[in-house]
Amino acid sequence: MPTTRVMERFRYSQDTAIEKPFNWEKLARLLHYMKESGSLIVKAIVAMLITTTVRLIVPLIIGQWALDFALANEDYELMLQLAVLALFLYIFSLFANRLRIKWTNEIGQNAIHALRKQLFNHIQGLSNRFFDNRSAGSILVRVVNDVNALQELFTNGIINMLMDIIMLISIVIILFTLSPPLALAVLIVLPIMFFISTKLRRNIRRSWQTVRIRQSKLNSHLNESIQGVRVTQSFSQEENNMSFFRGVNKENYDAWDEASKKSAVFRPFVEMANALGSAVLIWYGAYLVMTGSIGFGVLVSFAFFLGMFWEPISRLGQVYNQLLVAMASSERIFEFLDEEPNVKSKHDGNEATNLKGEIQFEAVTFAYDESRKALNRISLSIPKGQTIALVGHTGSGKSTIANLISRYYDPTDGRIMLDGIDLKDYKLHRLREEVSTVLQDTFIFSGTIRENIRFGKPNATDEEVEQAAKAIGANHFIEKLQNGYETEVEERGNVLSVGERQLLSFARTLLADPKIIILDEATASIDTETEVKIQQALKTLLHGRTSIMIAHRLSTIREADNIIVLEQGNVLENGNHEQLMKREGKYYDLVMSQFKALTV
Amino acid sequence: MQIFKALRQYYWPYRRYFLGSIFFLVFVTGFTVVYPIFLQLAIDEGIVNQNYDLIPMLAIGFIIVMMFKGLAAFFHQYWGDVFGIKTVYELRKALYEKLQYLPFRYYDNARTGDLMSRLTADVEGFRFFLSFGFAQLFNFVMIIVFSLIVMFYYSPQLALITLFMMPILALTVQRFDKFVHPAFKEIRISMASLNTRVQENVSGMNTVKSLSKEEFEKDRFDEKNSHYRDRYLYTSGIWSKYFPVMEFIGNVAVVLLLAYGGYLAIYGTLTPGAFVAFFSLVWYIMGPLMNLGFIINTFSQSKASGERLLEVLNEPEDIKNHDTAINAGRLTGDVSFEDVSFYYPNEEKPALQHVSFQVKHGETIGLMGQTGAGKSSVTQLIARFYEATHGQVKIDGKAVQEYTIKTLRENIGFVLQEPFLFSSSIRDNISYGRPEAELEEIVEAAKRADAHEFIEALPSGYDTVLGERGMGLSGGQKQRISIARALLVNPSILILDDATSAVDMQTEVKIQKAFRELMKGRTTFIIAHRISSVQHADQIFVLENGKMKERGKHSELLKEGGMYKRIYDIQYQDLQTIQEESIR
Repeated sequence: MPTTRVMERFRYSQDTAIEKPFNWEKLARLLHYMKESGSLIVKAIVAMLITTTVRLIVPLIIGQWALDFALANEDYELMLQLAVLALFLYIFSLFANRLRIKWTNEIGQNAIHALRKQLFNHIQGLSNRFFDNRSAGSILVRVVNDVNALQELFTNGIINMLMDIIMLISIVIILFTLSPPLALAVLIVLPIMFFISTKLRRNIRRSWQTVRIRQSKLNSHLNESIQGVRVTQSFSQEENNMSFFRGVNKENYDAWDEASKKSAVFRPFVEMANALGSAVLIWYGAYLVMTGSIGFGVLVSFAFFLGMFWEPISRLGQVYNQLLVAMASSERIFEFLDEEPNVKSKHDGNEATNLKGEIQFEAVTFAYDESRKALNRISLSIPKGQTIALVGHTGSGKSTIANLISRYYDPTDGRIMLDGIDLKDYKLHRLREEVSTVLQDTFIFSGTIRENIRFGKPNATDEEVEQAAKAIGANHFIEKLQNGYETEVEERGNVLSVGERQLLSFARTLLADPKIIILDEATASIDTETEVKIQQALKTLLHGRTSIMIAHRLSTIREADNIIVLEQGNVLENGNHEQLMKREGKYYDLVMSQFKALTV
Repeated sequence: MQIFKALRQYYWPYRRYFLGSIFFLVFVTGFTVVYPIFLQLAIDEGIVNQNYDLIPMLAIGFIIVMMFKGLAAFFHQYWGDVFGIKTVYELRKALYEKLQYLPFRYYDNARTGDLMSRLTADVEGFRFFLSFGFAQLFNFVMIIVFSLIVMFYYSPQLALITLFMMPILALTVQRFDKFVHPAFKEIRISMASLNTRVQENVSGMNTVKSLSKEEFEKDRFDEKNSHYRDRYLYTSGIWSKYFPVMEFIGNVAVVLLLAYGGYLAIYGTLTPGAFVAFFSLVWYIMGPLMNLGFIINTFSQSKASGERLLEVLNEPEDIKNHDTAINAGRLTGDVSFEDVSFYYPNEEKPALQHVSFQVKHGETIGLMGQTGAGKSSVTQLIARFYEATHGQVKIDGKAVQEYTIKTLRENIGFVLQEPFLFSSSIRDNISYGRPEAELEEIVEAAKRADAHEFIEALPSGYDTVLGERGMGLSGGQKQRISIARALLVNPSILILDDATSAVDMQTEVKIQKAFRELMKGRTTFIIAHRISSVQHADQIFVLENGKMKERGKHSELLKEGGMYKRIYDIQYQDLQTIQEESIR
């Protein structure tokens, strides 16, 4: 295979920019999450000021006082006093430091906790339309990774930034107070240092970003190649994949090498800037000492302070990086938070508890988007306790009807009534408690079987759980499992077969005890023996409830009170099995085609 | 150390970068200690002894020395990095190639998440020590040695005092590490469990919404969210307890220096310059000492990471080409099982027991039976994804082991129950098994799989790029693409493993049509639960608990009145009633 084709063998969406330009509005919105730690912030700042002050005073004690006063005057008593003073300052700083670390972490974690909570809770309220367009992975990344990306900024970044700015300004002031000419001379390194930490850093940062982007491409491929390894081996494509991987691996290597080189170049620059400052200090400082305009203690203080310069400047550069990363993450987070649910719950909505379960569609039209009409002025009436089967091709509108009854979407036109009241006039959670959907692909949460059944009614007792399982006939297989109801299961685990999962979800729904059940019948392969059990369980589940079934099996359809045959969003015909067979319409054709499949 | 030895082949070829990096590190560390010496000389010789001529020399000399230090630092860092990333390149390559060839047996028990963390986090953990950790350990020893030499030269008494502080600091650091590492681990565990919770919630969102359990989910999430915060704060609590203390111990050294050093400077032999130099030297020692725990930790991390990498690299590829294996080109497609028994690794229950059969090329075989009856095992043994524990699986009269794996698998086309599509264009997905195929051939295959129509309707047609896991297509559409993929390699043996179960009845009718097309002139094995999928087969095998229970044609098996008949009755009772009704 030619190399160009090899590299196009797999394509991965490039990660959207890892950082974004700085934006005050977003920062303000982020800082908002720190507001509830208000008094803590004040306390943390006080603690921070104390430690910073101590760090600034000690060089003065050693440089100026110890050398110029104690040593120069051979006053050992003063020297000892200074040592004791330094000790007390350090003890003071020890406690301040401890509290600062504790409080800044609390502030940061409170903000992260609040942000994550708000984000998760907001997502719970979003409508299906939101989830239709996004993969689970992309949502997960925002709740986990994007929020984590803000962690450093919240815990250390912002407070450190304050500390570093105060530190830098204070050092400059102190230097100028000690000796204006020497300060001026020494501070020529300041612009150089700033240049290094901004311009050079930016360059370095960009090359690391390239490394990360290539790395994520490589990881996407690794992930996919593991999941698809069976296909690869079936088609004996190992070698072709290896040449693709060599390319990706090389790409990553080159970017990494480049970034490492740039980062390493940074070091000589830093060393030189420092050396320049020290050389100026030694040369000009010594001259000033000799001419007697400063004491040599001042010179030493300068040496100490100069040594303290680089750290805050370098850290400010890091905080700036953090801010840019935070901008990108917060943009993605805010995008979700600003998403409005399409289906809203009415504040003073109806919370009636004793619903009957009578449903009426009044000239309902629905379109997922403008070009795609899914239902066309449908009117239906479903009396309480009846079973309705929806029949039709994929895209005929079966699922749409089910989705509208659960109010996953609202009709574009017309209205749907439950017990004579518009669905929109109910409180959403109340409505959903009464309308349960039994899905085709039963979702198993990691936990025990018991917890999975109890999901339908979190406050159910153990007995209630077991009764529900028994009523459905799921108790047989559950009791055969090693730990019975306490057996641990997980989403993709192979403890349960498809059929058993279905039974579990029946039990779950039975426990929830809704008035209306929507059933999307499983098409997946269930061995015939289990199938029989499911049919029996279904009868138990549907007993006394209004049910709407998206049915695939003739046996289920036949027993429905009313069969609605749909085509392209219109009701073609309806009636029970006998009536429809007599009509010899679309339904008749459908049944006959299956019948033919058998005999031919 | 054994782990580093075992992984030697991946980093040893690049040892010159490592040695170069260490060589320059000696200079970096050496030049670091120069600064306090220059300061001391400037003060004592230049200022105190009024030897002003020395000052410019010191200043210029200092710049020159620092220039060398900068240069040495560049080579030390860059070559250290290069050593690490070259190793990563080799390791990743080896791991990837390993993963391509590991047998199904391995993947049955492997979890993608676990493998991914080995391929990313563990590779990184191993590299970090190579590039950084080892040099830091070396640096640590050198800086202490160099600093102490200078200190003892200036003042043995003061040096002893500093030396006295070191064990105290070391003990504190050790205690800190003892508490902080488990705490960090707990943070990671807590984050992983938060991650799982969100993942489940989002994947199961339909279930959550259908049972209106959003509030319940919010509470469950809050538990994890708060747990994470609490773990994090617990760890930062340890941090806040120890870190200021470590700093304080260093500071006490400064205070002692002031008190005792001041005494020596006033009454004794210590020059003012040496007195000043000591303050810098103290921090050269205390700084790395505080980091020692971290550095030692990178060592134990890299050992653990290396071990996990070795686990993958040492995994046996037990399905290998035999020395005498032949490249047979195209096979005819006669398949026979001779008294085959098969146990999945680590399982006591046999998956197949004494199964024998013969299939002539071009025949269609239906495989039926409950989940776990052994249907998939039969097909997986034919493709040699596993090997029979007893008996022989033969194609064209030769045992499957006598062919190269490539020959074997190029002649067998698989359509799996869950069609896996790659992040690639539809075109490249269809030509996955034969990348050199022309577009016309691809379109032809798509047409025969009844996929051409919907592909053309997509905005970019055959160039439409599918998201990871083929997001955006319906189950039926994915299945049809995977059928086209199998069709394009033109296999002599075709295996359809429950390929139509995930689609609704209307689509199945369509796909069935495509299958009939696909099956022409090939030996075909169809695994299915629906009678309609297998009834036209030349032979139907009904398996139960790994044994061949019934075999024959549809009509024969119906007459036999066994399991097949029972399944038939259940699936078709409705149609029979209808049939009777319509006759009436």
